[in-house]
Amino acid sequence: MATAAVGPETRVDYLNVDYGIKSWLLTTDHKRIALLYLVSITLFFFVGGAAAALMRLNLIEPNGALVEPATYNKLFSTHGIIMVFFFMIPSIPAVLGNFLVPMMIGARDLAFPRLNLLSWYIFMAGGALCMYAVIGGGVDTGWTFYTPLSTTYLNTNVMSAALGVFVAGFSSILTGLNFVVTIHKMRAPGMTWFRMPLFLWAIYATSIIQILGTPVLAITLALVGLERLFHVGIFDPAVGGDPILFQHLFWFYSHPAVYIMILPSLGVISELVTCFAKKRIFGYSFVAFSSVAIAAISFLVWGHHMFVSGQSIYAGIIFSGLSFAVAIPSAIKVFNWTATLYKGSISYQAPMLYALGFIGLFTMGGLTGLFLATLAVDTHVHDTYFVVGHFHYIMVGGAVMGYLGGIHFWWPKITGRLYPDGWARLAAAIIFIGFNLTFFPQYMLGYLGMPRRYAIYPPEFQVLNVMSSAGASILGVGYLIPLVYMIWSIRYGPVAGPNPWGAKGLEWQTPSPPPTENFPETPVVTEEAYAYGAKEVAVG
Amino acid sequence: MWQGFPIRPDQASTIARGVDYLYYFLTAIDLFFTAVIFLTIFYFALRYRRRSEKEQPPQIEGNIPLELLWTAIPLGLVVIVFLWGTSLFIQNSRPPAAAAEIFVVGKQWMWKLQHPEGVAEINELHVPVNRPIKLTMTSEDVIHDFSVPAFRVKKDVVPGMYTTLWFEATKTGSFHLFCDQYCGTNHSLMRGEVIVMEPPEYEQWLSGGIRGESMAQAGAKLYDQLACITCHGTGKGPSLSGVYGKPVKLSDGSTVVVDDAYLRESVLYPSAKIVAGYPPLMPTFKGQVTEDQLLQLIAYIKSLSSEEGKARK
Repeated sequence: MATAAVGPETRVDYLNVDYGIKSWLLTTDHKRIALLYLVSITLFFFVGGAAAALMRLNLIEPNGALVEPATYNKLFSTHGIIMVFFFMIPSIPAVLGNFLVPMMIGARDLAFPRLNLLSWYIFMAGGALCMYAVIGGGVDTGWTFYTPLSTTYLNTNVMSAALGVFVAGFSSILTGLNFVVTIHKMRAPGMTWFRMPLFLWAIYATSIIQILGTPVLAITLALVGLERLFHVGIFDPAVGGDPILFQHLFWFYSHPAVYIMILPSLGVISELVTCFAKKRIFGYSFVAFSSVAIAAISFLVWGHHMFVSGQSIYAGIIFSGLSFAVAIPSAIKVFNWTATLYKGSISYQAPMLYALGFIGLFTMGGLTGLFLATLAVDTHVHDTYFVVGHFHYIMVGGAVMGYLGGIHFWWPKITGRLYPDGWARLAAAIIFIGFNLTFFPQYMLGYLGMPRRYAIYPPEFQVLNVMSSAGASILGVGYLIPLVYMIWSIRYGPVAGPNPWGAKGLEWQTPSPPPTENFPETPVVTEEAYAYGAKEVAVG
Repeated sequence: MWQGFPIRPDQASTIARGVDYLYYFLTAIDLFFTAVIFLTIFYFALRYRRRSEKEQPPQIEGNIPLELLWTAIPLGLVVIVFLWGTSLFIQNSRPPAAAAEIFVVGKQWMWKLQHPEGVAEINELHVPVNRPIKLTMTSEDVIHDFSVPAFRVKKDVVPGMYTTLWFEATKTGSFHLFCDQYCGTNHSLMRGEVIVMEPPEYEQWLSGGIRGESMAQAGAKLYDQLACITCHGTGKGPSLSGVYGKPVKLSDGSTVVVDDAYLRESVLYPSAKIVAGYPPLMPTFKGQVTEDQLLQLIAYIKSLSSEEGKARK
C-alpha cells in the first residue's frame, strides 16, 4: 500500500489538532461529530445485539431456555427500540453522512455546524432516556408502541422509552435539515447535481424523509403520552378512541423510516461497486432517480402493515398495488450495480465483499417483500417470522452490510490507517454465512405459522429455531472481529495515504486524515463522478 | 424432534390450497431472480477480476433499451402477482351466505368462543368439517389477532369494533389457534386449538355442551332486564322486529344497513346514528353490558327477523 510522503505526526489534521476532552465535546467539526456518533451508535449496537443474543438463546427451548415471557417481551422491545431508533436510523447518515457530505461536495463543513453538535446532544439525551427505561425495569411495548396496550394496559417504563424516541426524533430532523441545506447551498464550483456521487443523492432523499416523516412520529408519541397520562380518549375505545388510528399514524412515519435505514446503504453500494470495478456507474440517472422514487413512494405504502387490521379491503387493495411499485426502483438499482461489474476491473478488498454480499441479501430481502405486498399471502404470513426474516434481510443483510462496507471503505480516510484486509475479508464472509443461517430459517418458520414475539412456542418449531440461534452465534462472532481489528488499526495499522483504493471523489483528494478545513483551497470540479476512465488526477 | 421437514402447514381449509399455489409461484419468481443476480455476479466477478493494477476498463454510460427492459419485466410480473393476490384476497374475504356464525371475544390472555346454540368454550373451538363458519370477533381490552395457520386465515381482534373472518375446514383433526398480535405479558400463551369434527359428532358434542339457553334466549332475558321494551315495543323508539339485515333511514337522510356493528354502536353510543322520525332519547348502555352480553342482545334482535323470533313474539 502506498505510504504518504509526509508522516502523519508532522502534519496537523482534524484528529491531532487537539486532544482535550473539551475539544471533542464542544467540537463543531463535522468529522469529529461523525466520530462522536460512531462511538455512540457502536455502543447502542452492542446493547441491541446483546438483547438479540439473549432472545435467540431463550428460543432454543420451546418453553424458553432462559427467561420468563415478561422478560423476553422486554428483550425484544429493547432490541427493536435501540436498533431502529438508536442504531439503524442514525447509522449511515449521522456517521458517514456527517463525515462525507461536506467532503464530497468540496465544502469546509455542514451549513449549520453548531446545530450539528446540538443534534448529537439531543440524540444522546434520547438515548439516555431509553437506556434509563431499559435499565430501570424495562419496557415491553415492542418498538411499535401499539395502542391501547401501550396507553392503558402496560405498567412498564413506557413513558420514558416513548419520550426517548420522541427526543431522538428531533436529532434526526435537524440532521436531515442540515444535509439538505448543505447539499443545496455549499457545493464547490463545478459540482452540479448530476456530478454528485450517488451517495449524496441517497443521503438527500433520506434527509427529505427524515424532515417530512419524523414530525408525525413525534405527534403520535405525544398523543400516546396524552392518553397514558391524562386519559384523553384518542386511541383506546374504552375512553372513546380508535386503536386503528394509531396504526395509521405510526406507520405513516415508520414505513418511510425503513427507507431512512436502507436508502443510505444503497448510496454506499454505488460508491463501492464503482471503485472496486474501476468503472463509472451504469445508468447514473436511473440509479439517482430511483432513490428519489423510493423516497416518494415510501410515503404511500404504510397501509400494507394493516392488511389484517380490520381496515377496509379496498384500502388494502390500493396499498398492495402501491407497495408493489416500490419493487421497480429497487430492482433497477440491483440491475444497474450488476451491469456496472460488466467488463470492469474487479478487485476483492473487504469493502467490495460487503458490497457484493449486500446486493445478494438485498435482492433476497426485496423479493420476499413481494410476498408481503400480496394480499392473499400476507393474510397468512402477517405477524409471523416470515416478516421478521424479511425485514432483517433488508435491515441487517442490507443496511448493516452497507454500513459496514462503508465504514471499511472510508476507514483509511477517517483514521489515516489501514486495517488488516485478510481479517476484514474473513469477517465479511463470517457475517454473510452467519446472517443467512440466522434468518433464512425464519422465512420457513413464518410460512409454517410461527407468530413473532412468542417467548414460548409449540415444539414442532424447535428445529428451525435452533438453526436460527446457531446462525446468530456465528453472526455475533462476525460482528466482534471488526471491532477488534478496527480498534487495533488506529494505533498499529499501516499508514493509508490519501487514496488507498484509487477511488474518485473529492474526499480522496485531500490527505488522510483530512485537515480540519478539509481542503487547503476550495476544489473546482471539472468532471462527473466516477470518471474512472479519465486520466489519473494528481493527488495530495 | 425432526419428523420430516415440512415447508408448509397442513392444508385444512378450502382457502389453503389457493394461497399455497400463489406462494409457490412467488417462490419460483424469487428463486429465479436470486439465481440470475447471483450467477451474473459470480460470472462477472471471475471473468472481469483485476489482473493488473494498470488495467483501464472501458467506460460504459448505460443503455436505455436495457433499462426499459429491466423496468418492464419486473413491472409485468408484479402486475400479475398483484391481480392474482388481490382477486384471491377478495374471494377469501367474503363469507358464503350460508355460513354458520360463531362469536369470538379475545381478552388478555384467552379466547372465549360462543356458539349461537348457547355453548361457550375457552381456547378451544369445535367446528364441523365441510361447513362454512363465520366468526364475528371483538376484544375486551387490547388488540389481539385470531390466526389459524392450517386454514391460512388471520384477522385482528380489535376492541371497540367487530371484525369478521370465515373458513371452511376440509379436514378433521386439531389445528393451532394463535394470537398473532402482541398483546402483553402472556401473548405467547394466548393459544388454543380448533377441533374439526364430522358433522354428526359435532352435533353430539354441541348437544352435550348445552346447559343453559341459546345466545338469543339469553339476549331476550337481557332485553327484559334492561327494559329495552319500554321504548322499542311502544313506538317511542323504532321497532326492532324484522329490521336485521335491512336498510333503515337515518335522521340525517342517509341510510344504514342494520348489522352487528350498527347494533353494537346503537347500544353503546345511541346518538351516533338516529333512525329518522325518532327523537334522540335513548341512554347509553356503555359500561352496563359486557362484550359477551352485547353479542347476546344482537343474537336476540337477529332472531326477531327469523321465524323462531316471530313465533316467540
